[in-house]
Amino acid sequence: MKLGATWWFGIVAVVLLVLLPPIASFTQQEFYIGVATRVLAYAIAVSSLNLVLGHGGMLSLAQGSLLGAGAYTTAILTVEATKDVTFLPGATSAWITWPAAMLVGALLGLAIASISLRTRAIFFLMITLAFNQMLYYLFFSMKVYGGDDGLGMAARSDLLPGLALENDTVFFYVALALFAIFTFVQHRLVHSRFGRVLEGIRINEPRMQALGFDTYRYKLVCFAIGGAGSGLAGALLANKNLFVSPGLLDWLQSGTLLVMTILGGVGQLWGGLLGAAAYLVIEELLSAYTQRWQIGLGVALIAVTLYAPRGLGALFVPRRP
Amino acid sequence: MLFLEQTLNALQLGLMLFLIAAGLTLVFGIMDLVNLAHGSFYMLGAYVAATVAAKSGSFAAAFLVALAAAAGVGMLVEWLLLRRVYGRGHLSQVLVTFALILIANETVRWIWGANPIDMGVPRSLAGSVALAPGLSYSEYRLAIIVAGLALAAALFWMVNCTRLGIWIRAGASNRDMARALGVDTSRLFTLVFGLGAALSAFAGAMLGPILSVQVGMGEAIIILAFVVVVIGGIGSVRGALLGSIVVAAVDTYGRAFLPSALGAFLPLDIATHLGPGLSQVSIFVLMAAILFFRPRGLMPATG
Repeated sequence: MKLGATWWFGIVAVVLLVLLPPIASFTQQEFYIGVATRVLAYAIAVSSLNLVLGHGGMLSLAQGSLLGAGAYTTAILTVEATKDVTFLPGATSAWITWPAAMLVGALLGLAIASISLRTRAIFFLMITLAFNQMLYYLFFSMKVYGGDDGLGMAARSDLLPGLALENDTVFFYVALALFAIFTFVQHRLVHSRFGRVLEGIRINEPRMQALGFDTYRYKLVCFAIGGAGSGLAGALLANKNLFVSPGLLDWLQSGTLLVMTILGGVGQLWGGLLGAAAYLVIEELLSAYTQRWQIGLGVALIAVTLYAPRGLGALFVPRRP
Repeated sequence: MLFLEQTLNALQLGLMLFLIAAGLTLVFGIMDLVNLAHGSFYMLGAYVAATVAAKSGSFAAAFLVALAAAAGVGMLVEWLLLRRVYGRGHLSQVLVTFALILIANETVRWIWGANPIDMGVPRSLAGSVALAPGLSYSEYRLAIIVAGLALAAALFWMVNCTRLGIWIRAGASNRDMARALGVDTSRLFTLVFGLGAALSAFAGAMLGPILSVQVGMGEAIIILAFVVVVIGGIGSVRGALLGSIVVAAVDTYGRAFLPSALGAFLPLDIATHLGPGLSQVSIFVLMAAILFFRPRGLMPATG
């Protein structure tokens, strides 16, 4: 029963999350349904980064821009749908806007990785940071779509007739379902042949090359999948807030996603959920007590990095080889 | 004339970028440390200088205190915290220095408040001089150029002609060999970190009067400094100077001339918004292109 702890954690987490909205509305704390939706959206983004960092071994600072690009894709399509004269055919259906956000995330990830992967280590970090800023300034200067003021959406996407995302509880369950699907896909991917090759590359790339694997191509695909996940997270966040702004693509956002990944545990299946939940809950709790919560967060982060570098997820699984 | 004025502006920005990037590239090259928080020393320098200048009225005192404060804080942070993460890989370093950014920003907000501070140009340099017929240029900006040139020259002298400079170059070229040959690397690291922090703070103090002193100013400029370091080659002071001038020229000329160039074939209001954004984007395109062809930068220091 090697997977025991991981499975049990997953079952308990999903049951707790399913029970959250009734408990929240029973205790008149509906506010927390929105917080939990945000946690789930970030959890998808962090899981994507975990795939890139924890399994692909790529330390990327471009993930925030992929999330932002996904959010903008959804918002722009939604806004275009309400205009009479448009550059683009708009759409309000989630079946179009969300996959479009994933596609944009994946394609941008592919483009960024295809150039960045020619460099190593610190240069990879820097060049992904550069691409992050490129996208940031691109959206920043797109006056048509709000520029630095950001862009509001009139309504959430249409999912199915009779299933209105305007209802926060419905939206929460949709986010939960997407997160569950994403985690299942992540689990299958990591344990597939593809995932094993990626693991080998992370541990010893020259050896995998010597064995005849085209490691560049594996890492490229891994980065693109991470981009698609981030795009989906962006689509959810845009729908949650009904607003997108260039701040979503700021490099500090990429840094925050990295922080969440570490908090949750690099390479851990539930690291995304744990990291996003820990970060956002710390933020909610500390900011209620003090305006200076970022100092506490910074100290906690240093402590985790120095003394518990395997993150919260490591509490539930034995040490990896 | 506009072109000449923009060239002076580019030189001014380039020299300040160089002061920030020089410390960053040395820390990168010698300690192999990714310091995202280097911009915080820039911010610290600006805040301390603004406060001392307002309290004492003396800009010389303001600069000295800013330098000393940043060097002190820098060496303290290196000694207490950062030397624990040297061998731990870039991920740990990114996280710890990211945490330092959060702590620094919040502490500054705590002490000085969230509103930007207006530092004001020193009265003796508030005028402008006529450099050529039809070209008058701010005295203070000229002073920045002169001070930047002097400091850059001093830095080159130190790196190339002093014993400390030999250690620094040895450390950047091969850390382990330098240690084996008897360089006290642990003391060298602390010194270099303090030096880098002081240079960065000096740039912050110099630019304080012409920018607004605010939280987040460090994060805005540190990205450009990273681009400079990567373009120039990690650990190379000469590379940092070349990179600074290139980045500053692209940025300044882009901001000045792209909007009107775009205006030739785009509606004016779109061009004025697109121009500055595109000039920023072009810096990163340049960096990606240089890394594509020269993956270790233009003048890498390591052998």
